[in-house]
Amino acid sequence: MPRSLTPRLADLRDEILGHAKAFGLDGFETIFEILSYEELNMVASYGGFPTRYPHWRWGMEYEQLSKSYEYGLSKIYELVINNDPCYAYLLEANSEVDQKMVMAHVYGHCDFFKNNFSFRHTNRKMMDEMANHATRVRRWIDKIGIEKVEDFIDRALSLENLIDQHAPHIRRNPDPKVAEEQSKANETGGGIRVEKEYMRGYMNPQSFVDSQRKKVEDEKKQAKKFPERPQRDVLQFLLDHAPLEAWEADILSIIRDEAYYFAPQGQTKIMNEGWASYWHSTIMTTKALKDHEILDYANNHAGTMATQKGKLNPYKLGIELFRDIEDRWNKGRYGREWDQCDDLRTRRNWDKKLGEGRAKIFEVRKHYNDITFIDEFLTAEFAIEQKLFTFGFNEKRNSWEILDREFRKVKAKMLQMLTNFGQPVIEVIDANYDNRGELTLAHKHEGMDLKGDYARETLKNLQSLWRRPVNLITRWDNKGQLLRFDGTTHSEKKVDL
Amino acid sequence: MSLRIDQDHSRFKQIVRGKIKANLRKYVQQGEMIGKKGKDLISIPVPFIDVPHFKYGQREQGGVGQGDGQPGDQLQPGEPQEGDGKGKAGEGEGEHALEVDVSLDELAQILGEELQLPNIQNRGTEKIVTTKIKYTGVHNIGPESLKHFKRTYKQALKRQIAMGTYDPGNPIIVPVREDRRYRTWRLENLPETNAVILYMMDVSGSMGDEQKEIVRIESFWLDTWLRHQYKGLETRYIIHDAVAREVDRETFFHTRESGGTMISSAYKLCRDIIKTDYPPSSWNIYPFHFSDGDNWSADDTRLCVDMLKSDILPSVNQFAYGQVESPYGSGQFIKDLREHVGAQENVALSEIADKDGIYGSIKDFLGKGR
Repeated sequence: MPRSLTPRLADLRDEILGHAKAFGLDGFETIFEILSYEELNMVASYGGFPTRYPHWRWGMEYEQLSKSYEYGLSKIYELVINNDPCYAYLLEANSEVDQKMVMAHVYGHCDFFKNNFSFRHTNRKMMDEMANHATRVRRWIDKIGIEKVEDFIDRALSLENLIDQHAPHIRRNPDPKVAEEQSKANETGGGIRVEKEYMRGYMNPQSFVDSQRKKVEDEKKQAKKFPERPQRDVLQFLLDHAPLEAWEADILSIIRDEAYYFAPQGQTKIMNEGWASYWHSTIMTTKALKDHEILDYANNHAGTMATQKGKLNPYKLGIELFRDIEDRWNKGRYGREWDQCDDLRTRRNWDKKLGEGRAKIFEVRKHYNDITFIDEFLTAEFAIEQKLFTFGFNEKRNSWEILDREFRKVKAKMLQMLTNFGQPVIEVIDANYDNRGELTLAHKHEGMDLKGDYARETLKNLQSLWRRPVNLITRWDNKGQLLRFDGTTHSEKKVDL
Repeated sequence: MSLRIDQDHSRFKQIVRGKIKANLRKYVQQGEMIGKKGKDLISIPVPFIDVPHFKYGQREQGGVGQGDGQPGDQLQPGEPQEGDGKGKAGEGEGEHALEVDVSLDELAQILGEELQLPNIQNRGTEKIVTTKIKYTGVHNIGPESLKHFKRTYKQALKRQIAMGTYDPGNPIIVPVREDRRYRTWRLENLPETNAVILYMMDVSGSMGDEQKEIVRIESFWLDTWLRHQYKGLETRYIIHDAVAREVDRETFFHTRESGGTMISSAYKLCRDIIKTDYPPSSWNIYPFHFSDGDNWSADDTRLCVDMLKSDILPSVNQFAYGQVESPYGSGQFIKDLREHVGAQENVALSEIADKDGIYGSIKDFLGKGR
């Protein structure tokens, strides 16, 4: 059972919170609870929540976490969820200095959750929502049976990433009212509104009117296509148009809601961890550390920041980038003058003593996500200093190897990995393919091919929701390919793109 | 304490065991031996259950890393992992499956669950108890010989930092009395039960490589199960054609003799070993005999049956005979055994047609829970 803080820990929390506030961190109210490591592993397996709907995948996560804890491979220090109030968990067995570090880290996350634009549309009562989801799924399980429900969840999870990662920020469907007015205007002749009748011929020459008419007709033709324009939120499309039973639709909507809730965390992993690490480091080293705690703190901090060659550590990358930004804005190393300066010595000694660093990073934490963060602030100097490189698989040697340290390639690769959360962009383009009620998705190819076996299996799952045959148009080895599953067999054919 | 997640956890395990269950047959059939690592750990890849998604092939995707090295340098095998966003993205089977160490104990448990093997009843009347010293912790008093240097110096370092007497430029650390740390121990009583397996194998000309392979795989699994049940399991190996002799494990599996078959010779040796080394009052004894069932004469078979009845069966937990099918053998022996001793409850007889038969045969042997 979760326990609230002991008086001692509560005192520490007040101290850390005081420091955090003094630095200008502004998060939701944060509630700390103390858990044993089994409980912490459980909560971590549930994605940070105390309850989720029943599913084996939490068990899988739990198995891994427990095993790696028991064998001493890794240990979860901190867990915090984006909610108002924020909930954060402390591991019972941690030492005092660990707890302080975790608290400071948590206040960094809370501030980020509250202020970063990506989280603006997330449900801040997700704690309750998750519990509701669990209850809803449990009810369906009682009615329909665990096997059926779990099978459906498995299939729905297979499509989980087919959401529109940017949906909360962009309105893709035109407002129906505006669209209606526009179509009316177009039917009545179209063209530009004319005040004086004698100007009509000049303002709207016949050729223009004709072209407008044609456009309207084309648009009408387009409208017969269904969906009118490619739809990236495939889950929503299925909810709207697939012949799902009530319970299936309910579960699918739950999965979609949760996918949207977690999406911003995926989009800001580097920033979020970097920000929290920056603050635990700042608060601890400038305020909260006692002399005798330094060794243990340094040890833990170093553990968190450890890098492996084949993997980027978001904590490390994030904190270094934030520090770099702070340093650059403190010294005025930005802007035209700086960019155009190519004298090495001047650059090295460049310091305008502006002291804008702190303010700048607060601004950055508000208006950026990982893509824009990397795109704007990852500099060549930084990449060299951090020893970044790209790696790839060498088929001949059957091993992974370092490919390149060139800045542009490193950055391009990084952005590519972050775009759409490293997932392929796949949209519904036609729900009445060949006029036979078949669903067709298209993969927006960006240089990388899909994994074939996975794609086929996923299509199978999609088909089981859509009931009619489903198709996926993608590109393999630079040629258009249509994968199809009709409910019993897979087939493929070449298509022109 | 039970946790909410236990249900999900056990469900996952069931699914995985379902996978292992399916693979278990495969292990047995393909004779995939599992290597021991270290003391008793083996590493078997536990497939990560990976819900399929539309995704890129990882090899195609590559990634960005951090650290020293020149272009062209190899990264450690298996090093690149998919970025962890929410949860962990799994790898396809075979690409690099998550390696989970499963101890032989756990494997035996899985075997037990899968084959629905009952736990073995302990037969020994004497319980031998040994005490063992276990170093369990660190204390601030103790004999100098057990001083824990690392902890002592760490403590001293902490103290000096706190006192402000530590100088990083001249890092001299002098532990004082209060800094010293010592290992402490606890005495543990370990009840010991003893078990011995006596493997006997016919190595006459009719037992080919394939037959021996079957014996080898089967004895691995038998071994695993019995080791799970008993600490301190001993194994002895006997091979025989017309005469029997005791050999080591290596020889047991690799000898190919030729000539006739006198099973009684093996039983005689088995009886003698039991008599001299393993008093039945304190040992659990499991003789396993594998043959192609082609004995020299009916007289010899009679001798075997007599020996079983009078000497071997009364002193063992279970006598198991596995008959491997061979193109040359008549397969008469198992019929004779069935006729004479088949009704005895501590006799397990099993015919193993081919590798597929191993599975059922293990069940025949161990299903009685003796």
